[in-house]
Parts: sequence; structure tokens; C-alpha cells
Amino acid sequence: MRLPRWFYLLGSPPFVYGLAGKVAPWLGVVTCVLLAVGGYWGLVVAPPDAVQGEVYRVLFIHPQIAYVSVMAYVVMAFAAAVGYVWRMKLAYAVAATAAPIGASFTACALATGSLWGRPTWGTFWQWTDPRIMSETLLLFLFLGYLALRAAFEDRDKADRVSAILAVVGVVDVPIIHYSVIWWNSLHQGPSIMKLDKPSIAPEMLTPFLIMVVAFTTCFFWLLLNGLRGEIVERERDTRWIRQLVEGTGG
Amino acid sequence: MSEFLRMGGDGAYVWSAYGVTLAVLALNVWWARRRHQSALERAKASARDERVSKRPSVRQIQ
Repeated sequence: MRLPRWFYLLGSPPFVYGLAGKVAPWLGVVTCVLLAVGGYWGLVVAPPDAVQGEVYRVLFIHPQIAYVSVMAYVVMAFAAAVGYVWRMKLAYAVAATAAPIGASFTACALATGSLWGRPTWGTFWQWTDPRIMSETLLLFLFLGYLALRAAFEDRDKADRVSAILAVVGVVDVPIIHYSVIWWNSLHQGPSIMKLDKPSIAPEMLTPFLIMVVAFTTCFFWLLLNGLRGEIVERERDTRWIRQLVEGTGG
Repeated sequence: MSEFLRMGGDGAYVWSAYGVTLAVLALNVWWARRRHQSALERAKASARDERVSKRPSVRQIQ
């Protein structure tokens, strides 16, 4: 079977470095516009909630950040698996770049959730809540992945060993998703990601979805930005990096 | 305006949640940029070192 040319190009560091440099600024612009529009809509235009009043406005950032934290893990684990199976160095670079971004989003999801939980549930933290616990486990998976990488001097070895941890940790993803259905949780059940019609007023659903797209593009913007540095670091002694740095007045 | 900032009495929670989020995003952008710059610097330094080591030196003549 012949694979298309672009598939091979995606394995070429100079090509991906250049492509990321071209695409990232556009993603950055799209992200900033969507965050501004969604933020204004959610904070100013959307009406107060009948039950929660104004504090529900965390709804426009917290679930989105939590969802992106899980997506970041899936991207990281998938890239690590591709790297492991096909020995593709760029895939390992993607995984290593996604990890710190994912860790920061996971911590942010826990922090915003905590700030929302205090005024609505009366507590910042609940040790027995399955969603909070599975998301906390996700944070430790990210941190474990980063710590494991840092423990190896040899980058190839770090790539391979950490890939195994990343793939094994994927079991936490369905646990996070189904935690509110399987166990008794302070979190509510799914109200948007379900087969039935979403149980949310349309004037709240629109900014909610804008912010879903905004945080998704934000993740890929950060990923491409980070990937450029990661590629330069990994390819430091190659000819094309030499030419790149000499060309810029070295 | 102050009514908007008060957020029905829960302003502290809503605004710190949004603030934390903005800070996390800004830190990510800053960190990626810094890492890219320092990687380029290191690559430049290693290219320079190699050029220097290829030049003939007194030690080679001895």
C-alpha cells in the first residue's frame, strides 16, 4: 500500500517545524477571538441561572478546561504509542510537549472546580467525589510521566519508558467520563454530551460551545508552539538546525 | 458596573476562577516561547563550538 506524500512529510522535523510556525499564529488569533467573544457572552450577555444565580458563570470555563485536560492526555498517550510502535521521533516530541500543557490544564480544572464548589456545594474539596478523584489521578499521571522522563539522561530511553506509562494511564480516561454515572458524585450527570437534547438553555449553550472550541484551539496552539522548541532541542546537532541558527545571524 | 463585579456576592470565586485560567494560559504561552528561544540559543552555541574546534590551533602543530 502506498501512503500519501503528506504522511511522510509529517515524519520530517524541518517540515513540521516550518508548518507549526505557519499554523500556530493563526490558531493563536482564532483562540484569542473565541475566548474574548465566549468570555463576553458568558460573563455579560448570558442571563443569571435560576438556581445558582451568577456563580454558575464558571460553567463557561471549568468543564471546557477539564475536557481539554482529558483530550491532552489522549493526544499524549496516542502520540507516545505511535512513537513506540513506529519509532517515530516526532511523535515522541508531540507526547513530551503535550504533557506539561495537559498537567497545567488539569491543575486549572481542579482549581476552577474548587472555586465553584465552595459557593455551590459548600466545600472546596471532597475526597470521596469520584470525578474529583479521577481528575486528580490524571494530574498525577501527567506529573508521573514528566518525572519519569526527567529521571533518564538518555532521551530515547526516556521516550520509550514514559510511553508505556502514558498508554497504561489511558484507563483513567473512561473512569473520568463515567465517574458521575457509576458512582454517587457531587458532580451532575451529563447535560450536554448525551444522545438526548442538551438540558441547558440555548442562550447559555451558545457561549458554552464557543468556549469548548476556544479551549480546544488553545490547546493545539500551545502544542504547536511548544513543539517548535522541542524539535529544535532534539535536532540540535543536525545540519538543518545549524543552517537555521546560522541563517538568523549566528 | 460594580453589580457586574459583585456577581451576586460570589465575585471573589467567579473572578478568581477566570483569573487562574488566564494566568495558566499566559504562563503556557510564555513558557513555550522561552523554551523555543533557549533551544535556539543552545543550538547556536553548539554550532559555534564546532566551528572553533575545526580551526587549526597551536596545540595541533606541537
